[in-house]
Amino acid sequence: MTIANTPQTWDEFMEGVWKQNPTFVMILGMCPTLAVTVSAVNAISMGISTALVLIASCGLVSMMRNVTPKEVRIAVYIVIIATFVTAVDYAIQAISLALYDALGAFIQLIVVNCIILGRAEAHAAKNPPMPAMINAAGMGAGFTIGLLSLGVVREILGAGTLFGIGLFGAGFQPWVIMVLPPGGFFVLGAWLLFFAWLERRKLRKAIPLAEAAQHV
Amino acid sequence: MSDQPSSDKKVIPIAVAAPDAAVPESPTGAMIRTLGLVSAICGLIIVGAYQGTYDAVAANKRIATERAVFKVIPAAKSIAEFVAQPGGGIAKVGAGDSAVPPGTVKFFAAYDESGKLAGIAAEGGAKGYADTVRIMFGYQPDCQCVVGIGVVSMRETPGIGDKIITDKDFLANFTALDLKLKDDLSTLAHEVKAVKHGSKTSAWQVDAISGATITSRAVGKAINDAAQALLPRLVPNLDKLKPS
Repeated sequence: MTIANTPQTWDEFMEGVWKQNPTFVMILGMCPTLAVTVSAVNAISMGISTALVLIASCGLVSMMRNVTPKEVRIAVYIVIIATFVTAVDYAIQAISLALYDALGAFIQLIVVNCIILGRAEAHAAKNPPMPAMINAAGMGAGFTIGLLSLGVVREILGAGTLFGIGLFGAGFQPWVIMVLPPGGFFVLGAWLLFFAWLERRKLRKAIPLAEAAQHV
Repeated sequence: MSDQPSSDKKVIPIAVAAPDAAVPESPTGAMIRTLGLVSAICGLIIVGAYQGTYDAVAANKRIATERAVFKVIPAAKSIAEFVAQPGGGIAKVGAGDSAVPPGTVKFFAAYDESGKLAGIAAEGGAKGYADTVRIMFGYQPDCQCVVGIGVVSMRETPGIGDKIITDKDFLANFTALDLKLKDDLSTLAHEVKAVKHGSKTSAWQVDAISGATITSRAVGKAINDAAQALLPRLVPNLDKLKPS
């Protein structure tokens, strides 16, 4: 894998954003996805925090890949991930206590987010640091997009605001269930339905084309 | 495979399939070395992050506390942190000193521009619907009453329980909520209590929000418990709160 090869690097990045999107394709990390996406700000902060931990830990795991005996690799990954989660935890406290309170225990729980451990084991442990970090950045971006698409819908419907700015004026009666836990499932289900429909439409269009190509 | 005796031919596939034969065990030294290396790197990163953010975190916490106090005592311009000791006295503690000795009650004295005591702010907490509702209330020694409340933290149902922040009728309870002590200063003359919506008759009762009775009750109980613990110690020592 060469870094100079731009299309490949781009593919590496886009794998996490689209083809293997952690939220909508792999359905990983559902706990923070459903819990913190009550507002767009929370969603984007959680996504960025996870992405930062993901990139940093994949980078370090990848650098250590040749000196990590297989017997202790999980312990090594967990220590590395926990370290970066702690660092991000401090950083968020330093940036905004209100945000820290809103995200609550889910910052610390990034440690056990299966996206990160999964990336470390499946990709970073087998690839040099650069591709590993690009891949991690893609996954992080994909996760952030996933969280954001839930957070935006839930905040608009459940509170009538977007990034804290009122959208509909005083007459709007918020659809409160959308910011409660069930709302997370409803919105996630709707997004999954949308992506499944997109996928099917693409397939249906592709099949006649492929058949036509065979006949020519 | 060459070292297998020919008579054992049937056993060979099993022996080859065993993973230990294919991947040799790593030496213990290598494992210890790697774990030690990882721990050292990670320790450095954590210490670095802690040191790097310490000042900003402390400043944030102080600003958050000040904001909460200023909200319940609008005339306040500066605050000082005190603790009420179990024996009855009060003592000043350093700003940002979060470690409070056991048995003491922390409170904030707020001063206005001219340095006069503008009010007292204290925190209280009680079990709400989802989790502990923590509130900050402002106490006015002149009228011996609560003059304002603010929520420090809560996880009540959005749109229902969190009306305690926005409901104007509910907040009107806390513009002059009676916290008078008995004549011997041992305890409150009347317990602060939330009553059903619309049945408030006395100045020490909290008119609950209809539909959010449990959260309203938690606010009443939080104020009551905190006042019961703090005021008997504080009121005899009010003159000690002069700014130093």
